[in-house]
Order: sequence, then C-alpha cells, then structure tokens
Amino acid sequence: MRDHFVEALYKVANLDQNVLLMTGDLGFGVLSKFSKKFSSQYLNVGIAEQNMAGLATGMALEGKTVFIYSIANFPTLRCLEQIRNDICYHKANVKIVAIGCGLSYGALGISHHATEDMAIMRSLPEMTVVAPGDTVEAAAATYAVYEKPGPSYLRLGRGGEPKVHEKGISFEIGKAIRLFEGNDILLISTGGILKNVVEARKLLCQKGFSVALYSMHTLKPFDRVAVEEAAQRVPLIVTIEEHSITGGLGSAVSEVLAELSGKKTRLKRLGLGSGFSSIVGDQEYLRNIYGLSVHKIVEAVEEAYQAQV
Amino acid sequence: MTSSELALKIRKHALEMTHLGQSSHVASILSMADILAVLYGQVLEKRPKEPKWPKRDRFILSKGHAGAGVYAALAETGYFPPEDLKNYYSNGSKFSGHISHIGIPGVELSTGSLGHGLSVGAGMAFAARLDSKKHRHFVLMSDGECDEGSNWEAILFASHHKLSNLIAIIDYNKIQSLDTVGKTLNLEPFVDKWRAFGWNTTEVDGHDHEALVQGLEIDPVKNIQPSCIIAHTTKGKGVSFMENSVLWHYRSPQGEEYENAMNELNQS
Repeated sequence: MRDHFVEALYKVANLDQNVLLMTGDLGFGVLSKFSKKFSSQYLNVGIAEQNMAGLATGMALEGKTVFIYSIANFPTLRCLEQIRNDICYHKANVKIVAIGCGLSYGALGISHHATEDMAIMRSLPEMTVVAPGDTVEAAAATYAVYEKPGPSYLRLGRGGEPKVHEKGISFEIGKAIRLFEGNDILLISTGGILKNVVEARKLLCQKGFSVALYSMHTLKPFDRVAVEEAAQRVPLIVTIEEHSITGGLGSAVSEVLAELSGKKTRLKRLGLGSGFSSIVGDQEYLRNIYGLSVHKIVEAVEEAYQAQV
Repeated sequence: MTSSELALKIRKHALEMTHLGQSSHVASILSMADILAVLYGQVLEKRPKEPKWPKRDRFILSKGHAGAGVYAALAETGYFPPEDLKNYYSNGSKFSGHISHIGIPGVELSTGSLGHGLSVGAGMAFAARLDSKKHRHFVLMSDGECDEGSNWEAILFASHHKLSNLIAIIDYNKIQSLDTVGKTLNLEPFVDKWRAFGWNTTEVDGHDHEALVQGLEIDPVKNIQPSCIIAHTTKGKGVSFMENSVLWHYRSPQGEEYENAMNELNQS
C-alpha cells in the first residue's frame, strides 16, 4: 500500500505544484524518487510531529495541499492536539498519512501498533478517515483525499500487501465497495485485513453459506445506507478490522444499527480487544493470536451464525 | 491615531471586556498592549477592509488567552466596529475568550492551547518563501508558553531553514499562571537560548514604542535568519494594583477594582 500511495502522489505532485509532501524522518528508500523529482515539494522536517502538523496547517492556509507522512501512531497520536485545533478547526487542506497501521509492525512492539487510531481520528470534527483495503484502493484513496478539500486521515499498511481487486474499482469516499452480495451473512471489512476476509468468505461459501462482503474503506463519512439496507435482509453482520473493536468499524456499524428500527440483523465485531499486545510476532502471527487469521475469522463467523439461529 | 493612543484604547477595551465578560487574563492583555499597538498602528502591512489581501503581513497570537487584546486592536484599526467588542465572552458570541478566527475578519489563526502558533507561523513563512512572496510573519508568544516543547521543534526548524520572514515576539513579563517564570520553570539564560538555536535575537523594553518599532521593523531580504524580539514587559502594565501580580492572571475586574482600574487608565 505504501508504494502505491507514493506512486499515486508522484502523479498528483507532477500535475499540481501546490502539493507538498512532508515526512517526520521516515520512509527510508520509499520517498527518494519523489524527493529527487520534486525537491521543492518535499521536506523532511525531522523527528518532530507536533511541528510537522503545525507547519502543514500554516502551509495549507497559504494555499498548499500538504501530505504529512510518518508511521504507526506518530502522525496522529503524537500530535493529536495540533490535528484537532490547527488542522481541523481551520479546515486546513492537510492529508495525514500513516504507514504500517494495525499490526503491520507486529514484532516492533506496542509503540508501533496503530490500533486505536481510527477511533480517535473518527471522533474529530471535519476529519475524513480512509482505510483502504488493498493496493488498488490505496492508490484510489490517495487521489480521492487529494480531490477532497479539508483534513483527511489516510490509514495504510506497509509495503508488499497483495492486490485484492483484480478488476478496476469505483472508489468514492464515504461509499463502501460491495464486492459480493449474499443472503446469510454480510462481512464488512476495513483496511488491510481485506485479503483475509476475502479468503474467509471463500471458505464460508464452500461450507454452504451465502455471504456478502463489503470493503468499508471510509470510516468517516460513514456509509450508513449500506449498513441500513443490509440490516433489513441479512440475519448476521460481522465487522472485521485490525484495530480495537472500540471506536472503529465495529462501533461505527453499531451506531447505525442502534438507531435503526425494524432491523432483522445481529452484529458480531471481530478485531482487537482492549489490551495491549506485548506478544512478539509478525503481522500474520499476531492476527492469528487475535482472531484475525482466515481460519479464526471463519470459526468466529460460523459460531456467531449458529448462536443466532 | 498614534500608537500610544491605540495602546490606551486596547487597554481600556480589555478592561471593559473582561469586566463585562467576567473573564480572566486582563493582566496578560495589558502586558502586550504596547506590542499590539505598535504592530497594528505602525508595523504591519495591512488592509483592514480587505483582510485577506495576499500581500498583508501575517500576525498570529500564540498566547491565545489574551485574544481580547487582538479583537480590540482589530476593532480600533477598522476591521469591524468597536461596538462588536461588547459581545466578547457572552452567550451566542463569536468572540471567545481564546482567540478564534471564525467570523472575525483579521484573525489569522485560532489558538488557546499554548505552543501552537510558532509552528503554524513557520509553515506560512515557508510557503511564502516557496512562492517568492515578500510579506512577513509575526508570532506573539508568552514566556510561560516557552515551557511547551513543540515551540522548540519550531525554533529548530525555522533556524535550519533560515526563515528570515518569521519574527517571534516574546511578551516576557516573567509571570505565568500560578507563579513567576523563574520559580516555575526557569527560562534563563533566555536570550542565549534563542541565539544558540540560531535566531537573530534582540531585547527591547516592551512598553517603549520607539524601541519596539526599531526592533520589529525587520527586513526579511536583508536578514538571513529568523528573528526573535524578547520584549521585557510588566504583567498588568498600566493599572498599578495589577502590575507584577500573579493574582490578575485569572481575576476578573469587578466592582471598585474595575472603577479604580478604569480611572487609572483614564488619567494616564
């Protein structure tokens, strides 16, 4: 996803000289092509995220479109108040890009697990929150946040993720991509866990379930309609996110369902609990531990389906 | 209107606004009233009837709690009618205690949490240089605010990038919220710190208008570094019983205290 973001931004910067990319001293090897080609549109501000967010606000207020780039929680939690007061209150045209979200940097430890970021960013006024599901969505999301005036948060994985969408997609901020429809279960996925959810769906279909799957790449503004429509016809909705189940996708769907009358559905939220992960392991290892591997997703969905019958 | 007359008007407005609003920070405003008067009266390139004029100098109040002073300076220099100031801090008003830009012509940046203004000012200054624009960026900060680490990130950045179009002004009244700066978190040797960080730093008497004008008339083309003006000020300046008193950071002027303070300003 990281490389697809950079590639897309390269194209954007080539067409629009007012696009700037700032990094908080991260992106080794990844940003070098961009920095060489667009030396006056690139800036490494050092390890100083609070300043980076403030600088971006100032530049945006003077007409620039500023992408600020770092990893995990550094461009969000470290400078949260600058994001709230400076970027959001001033509706500044700043795009916050976090690489390595969820458990991407599993073995690096909890400092590098971005697992509450969506909950926090989703609560900020004026903020758009986008978590693409694969490399195709990551590129499309980069163009989309560039086009949309005002603050955005782009939550990405790292390099090397597989492509999920084999065909072209229609990507619209605030509108889920409905990959499959089905009658028994709706799986709603956000972010880089999409690949596992697609695999899990295949297995569930083999077991005889009719399974729908939506990639909910935007958490804010949220596609209420997609959830409301499904709630009238599918008996079980399962949300899957590589993030705490507090405040993220599961919560967003819960909020829609809680205010909906006459629904015919139940909700099961899959994701991380409230604890930290002090266990060392790579992304797939930790996904398995926390119930987000393909087989654990299948098990949990089946269990939830049996429980509701 | 001379800058001295403007300073007096800012002081009187501040006193009345914090009285009517029953709000805090009157001493913080009195402390910087002369700096504001010199900026808005003489130094800033501006067009009050065209507040977004691209060539204007940018002014950011980073010590946002003293916002009433800027509202007063803007009103008295033609951005909006001075009568509007009576709504300050009242229900339904746009004039919040900490400075807000929404609906108020002339306010560049909303602040209130300390340690935000200098980074934003540096961002504006950087963007201006990219676009070969010649205007300047003034950021007025408090001394206590320099406790915030984010400022020092911005100080490093501005120096590294030689942002000669950025001018930080410190309202160095040496009193912060609960006690003196010296007893809370000592900033000294303060001038040396700014110089060591690569800023062209001068000290002025923050109530001497001639000295302020001299210090603030910075030419970004001649300079090669960002500038810092450390303005030595008296917190509560102009009202004898408020001067150098920690009490008046938060106390609101009411009753006899308000009358006495206004009388002192009227007689000055």
